[in-house]
Amino acid sequence: MLRYIARRLLLTVPLLVGISLVSFLMMHMAPGGPIGAGTDLNPKATAESRARLKAYYGLDRPLHVQYGKWLGRMATLDFGDSFSPDGRAVAEKIKERIPITLTINVLSMGLIFLVAIPVGVYSAVRKGSLFDRISTVAVFTGFAIPTFWLALLMMILFGVKLGWLPISGISSLDHESLGALGKLADRAHHLLLPVLLAGFGGLAGMSRYMRSNMLEVIRQDYVATARAKGLPEGTVVFRHAMRNALLPVITILGLSVPDLLGGSVIFETIFAIPGMGQLFYQGVMSRDYPLIMGILTIGAFLTLLGNLLADVGYALADPRIRQG
Amino acid sequence: MRESPRRAVLPSIALFLLLASCGGGKPESAGKETAVSDVPAHGDAIVEGSIGDVSGFLTAVTTDASSHEAAGYVFNGLVRYDKNLKLEGDLAESWEVSPDGKRITFHLRKGVKWHDGAPFTSDDVMFTYRRMIDPRTPTAYGEDFKQVQRAAAPDPHTFVVEYARPFAPALASWGMHVLPKHLLSTYPDISKSPLNKKPVGTGPYRFVEWKTGEKVVFDVSPDYFEGKPYIARVISRVIPDQATMFLELKSGGVDIMALTPPQYVRQTETAEFKKSFNKYKYTASGYTYLGFRLSHPFFRDKRVRQAIAHAADKKALIDGVLLGLGQEATGPYKPGTWAFNPGVRKYPHDPGRAKALLAEAGWKEKDGVLVKDGQPFEFTVLTNAGNDARAKTAAILQQNLAEVGIRMKIRTVEWAAFINEFIDKRKFDAVILGWNITPDPDQFDIWHSSKTGPKELNHVGFANPEVDRLLDEGRSTFDLEKRKNAYFRIQEILAEEQPYVFLYVPEALPVVHHRFRGIVPAPAGITYNFVKWYVPAALQKHRVQP
Repeated sequence: MLRYIARRLLLTVPLLVGISLVSFLMMHMAPGGPIGAGTDLNPKATAESRARLKAYYGLDRPLHVQYGKWLGRMATLDFGDSFSPDGRAVAEKIKERIPITLTINVLSMGLIFLVAIPVGVYSAVRKGSLFDRISTVAVFTGFAIPTFWLALLMMILFGVKLGWLPISGISSLDHESLGALGKLADRAHHLLLPVLLAGFGGLAGMSRYMRSNMLEVIRQDYVATARAKGLPEGTVVFRHAMRNALLPVITILGLSVPDLLGGSVIFETIFAIPGMGQLFYQGVMSRDYPLIMGILTIGAFLTLLGNLLADVGYALADPRIRQG
Repeated sequence: MRESPRRAVLPSIALFLLLASCGGGKPESAGKETAVSDVPAHGDAIVEGSIGDVSGFLTAVTTDASSHEAAGYVFNGLVRYDKNLKLEGDLAESWEVSPDGKRITFHLRKGVKWHDGAPFTSDDVMFTYRRMIDPRTPTAYGEDFKQVQRAAAPDPHTFVVEYARPFAPALASWGMHVLPKHLLSTYPDISKSPLNKKPVGTGPYRFVEWKTGEKVVFDVSPDYFEGKPYIARVISRVIPDQATMFLELKSGGVDIMALTPPQYVRQTETAEFKKSFNKYKYTASGYTYLGFRLSHPFFRDKRVRQAIAHAADKKALIDGVLLGLGQEATGPYKPGTWAFNPGVRKYPHDPGRAKALLAEAGWKEKDGVLVKDGQPFEFTVLTNAGNDARAKTAAILQQNLAEVGIRMKIRTVEWAAFINEFIDKRKFDAVILGWNITPDPDQFDIWHSSKTGPKELNHVGFANPEVDRLLDEGRSTFDLEKRKNAYFRIQEILAEEQPYVFLYVPEALPVVHHRFRGIVPAPAGITYNFVKWYVPAALQKHRVQP
């Protein structure tokens, strides 16, 4: 097992280099460049000042030299400095965005699992019942409604009309003057709506997945055997059927690892949340190459790591795979 | 303050905003409801909604409007634009231009202190100038300063610059924020200095904190040289979505923002809203145009361009795109400013006249489409994606032109691709774009025939010897009357030639919570006298501990 993990980890290195090379080339093929935002259609920018800015950012070098420099820095885990005027370190920019994005994603993912698994199991067990039909309609409604639209409606209701919840942002203006508990409450108050909405939109996938897994398992012979043994229905469902139905969920969990740090641009824009989605979007729009590369590399690494974790977790949970 | 042309020339609008953002003006009380005692009082905070985050505080190296607006609270230039968009002294008390127009002498204010207590002197101005021309400074604004032949600081309160030729726009370039030498001299690259994140300036407010992506906070500077501003704290919140920002405004989370025309006309007319907010309206500094590639065989003929100007229904454009909140553009200057010529040839909506002009140019109608030499009159107009106003403008123009037998196709392209692949390579038939109108009327870069190279701004390829001469004349004298004559004549020629069909100038639509008093709209907008805004003691909402 350990050898297997070690081999897989080693394999990720060439994969990461390959992914970064492709990203790097794609990024440079896109029209425009980092200096465009300040100099395009700017009467004060001359050919000379453009050349100077290009040299300043090292963009006058051949592409392979630029990539080589980047790779060399990456080898020491140095993400470089952002091309945006503040010139801050990319690592620092990413680091300050991670907590909020991670919090929202973990909470909403927890919410999804907490709600979707019971709903899926119950719908499968009582297939065709009123509950099954209502929950199906409900989760698909959540899936189909554009989140930004629902978000605006919720803001109008809870923020403007009722005044119960803050509309946007992640903290009140007097946040700094609050105590530790007050800060936590303030943050929770601000995150309630975004987390609920993010969760609502994600319910459909998970609950339908759980329902179909469960339906498949419940038809198996060993479940019939368990019932024939005279086990109570609860034991049959939870001990025998659900355990097996949960196996594929591990794969989903593993594949969600990169999503934990990926924020949704639309969502963050609507709620004015300074998260990873906005950071990446702004990076792309201003062609902030080091920032784009930094976020893509982290994303690629997490994806590979998630795949590995899923495989390992699966092997641990399912003896058939472990032996194979 | 507006979304549409902001992308077009960020720096110029940004520079304009920074110059106009804080200024003099008389303390007048202009509150609508004067039930409470309307006396200026210190205190309270104002919360601004901002679409974008700050990217740095040193305006020499930033180019976006949000950064320039924020920096305007902390820094000053030597000069700035007053409420009528005329230059006035800022850190310079006054200035003289030598009779030959080549030398400008600035007399600096005495007793001004940086926020850390160090005195402001001509050394700081000299330092700023040197950094603007330093190749290690990543600035897009170095050009104006490179024109300086000699700069001198003969005493702590005098700064002298000499140019090779008289250059009128040079004066406005000294609106560039002056940097503190004592804090920056050890940083060869000012963009990497801590000051770019935690600025120390001479302005009405001092920097308190910047939470990236969330907010920037400034507190009043008690010893500001124009007197202590009334509002004690300024909080600029980043809210990237217009609709969210509007909800924040209604629920009290934001005090001041720019409205969109639909918000202004349809969503803010309730009695309840009017009780809590004051809406303002003034002519924005920008215009939208339809520009032709003049080397295109269809558009080479002046009569064709004039015909399209007659075919375009500007009234319908203003009603449809701006809900009536704008005015017809007749040239590249802002109506009501000194350079604006109100007497140029106009092109009222007249499809009949348009058809006649096109027939004169040899276009004959066949099955509803104009044809010449076997070629149908068909072209594509390009505009940048994500600009709703321009997309609507294109759709209305398409209909207008169909009425006279011209088939116009519309294509929208992402901004960077639009500029790099189409505009810069001159691969377009026609474009819908906008320019910001800078307070100085020099538009050499847009209209001079020498400015048609790649990346240069005369992308339509306009070439007119008289305009070339007048552009030179206008920028090489400080005599306002001479300049005015030159720019008036340029507008006449542009109106006759129609290299662009000038479409409309929108209105800027700011809204401010009603507790703020002392707001006096002027051609420069409303924020020019921000330091004189106040909240009567009884209405103050936030308690600000200094």
